[in-house]
Amino acid sequence: MSRRSAPEINAGSMADIAFLLLIFFLVTTTIESDKGITRRLPPIDEQEPEDVVVKERNVFEVVISRNGDLLVEDKPMELKDLREAALNFIDNGGGTGSAACPYCQGAEDPKSSENPQKAVISLEYARQTKYGDFIAVQNELMGAFNQLRDRVSLSEFGVPFSKLQEDMDKAANDIEKDEIAQKITRIREFYPLNIMETKPEQVN
Amino acid sequence: MAKFSKKKGGELPPISTASLPDIVFMLLFFFMVATTMRETNVMVKQDLPKADQVEKLENKNLVMYIYAGPPSPNYQQQFGTSGRIQLNDKFARVEDIQSFILAERESKNPGIRSKLITGLKIDEETNMSLVSDITDELRKVEAYRINYTTRQGDPTAESGL
Repeated sequence: MSRRSAPEINAGSMADIAFLLLIFFLVTTTIESDKGITRRLPPIDEQEPEDVVVKERNVFEVVISRNGDLLVEDKPMELKDLREAALNFIDNGGGTGSAACPYCQGAEDPKSSENPQKAVISLEYARQTKYGDFIAVQNELMGAFNQLRDRVSLSEFGVPFSKLQEDMDKAANDIEKDEIAQKITRIREFYPLNIMETKPEQVN
Repeated sequence: MAKFSKKKGGELPPISTASLPDIVFMLLFFFMVATTMRETNVMVKQDLPKADQVEKLENKNLVMYIYAGPPSPNYQQQFGTSGRIQLNDKFARVEDIQSFILAERESKNPGIRSKLITGLKIDEETNMSLVSDITDELRKVEAYRINYTTRQGDPTAESGL
């Protein structure tokens, strides 16, 4: 009879405590933004590099001058036009015989590249070039490659290249992963990323 | 009649806030899962350049970070305003990069050492001379895989080129 139920604990301040914790986490953490342009640096050659003869038609010269102008094949160009110019160059497919490129859809201009394997993009910058400009140019060049790879991947495997890379991360097991990795390598062979950076010291 | 009118005059009961803690906890858990603790205190300006042709770095364990850019306002008095490199929690010289990479490599599991990748977090105003100095050092220690960390966005809209 005399036993009364214990009074209910006031939970009103619970929200305050939780808010405090929440604000602590908001302040001390960051949402990581780890996305970027992945590159492989060329190894250092100990011996003098022998002169590899590359035909002039197979070189696409991109220069970012010291005052921040973009020169493509010695002509000034707007950044927004770079992607298309690079794409046309890589995909030109002007080669004949063993150098022919069956999957290219370019204009087959005899003055432009023979096939994507031989095509080299030479990127030259000055010491004073801003990093942001450099990345902008790199981004446009990557854009051209990604577009071409998407296209060839779509016709080969029925999925765009970017989707292949996503699938790779989601792959359930190693067998599946290997399979996708092989496909990715195939596509990369179709349009290899031949970007040659010329160090500023060599430019002067 | 009086009986009925009495009932009508009652005030609205207060809204129960009992579920408020639950809502806040839910938010809290979301942030705890979606974010990571800030590990290094970045002392250089970090306005990363924008790019949209990006790849995502999946495994944070494999990434070694090198920061570069002009020192933040607090440090400008001491370190000037030209581009500097930051490794771990302190400013470093270009020559320190090699030993930094070797130490990082040593601290990782041997099985994943070949998969390490260097994340370059460089401010967009930095001169390319510093960037190429960094990449030269990386090549000397055979850390060939790099990632220029960027923000999401279209560079053609803003760049002065």
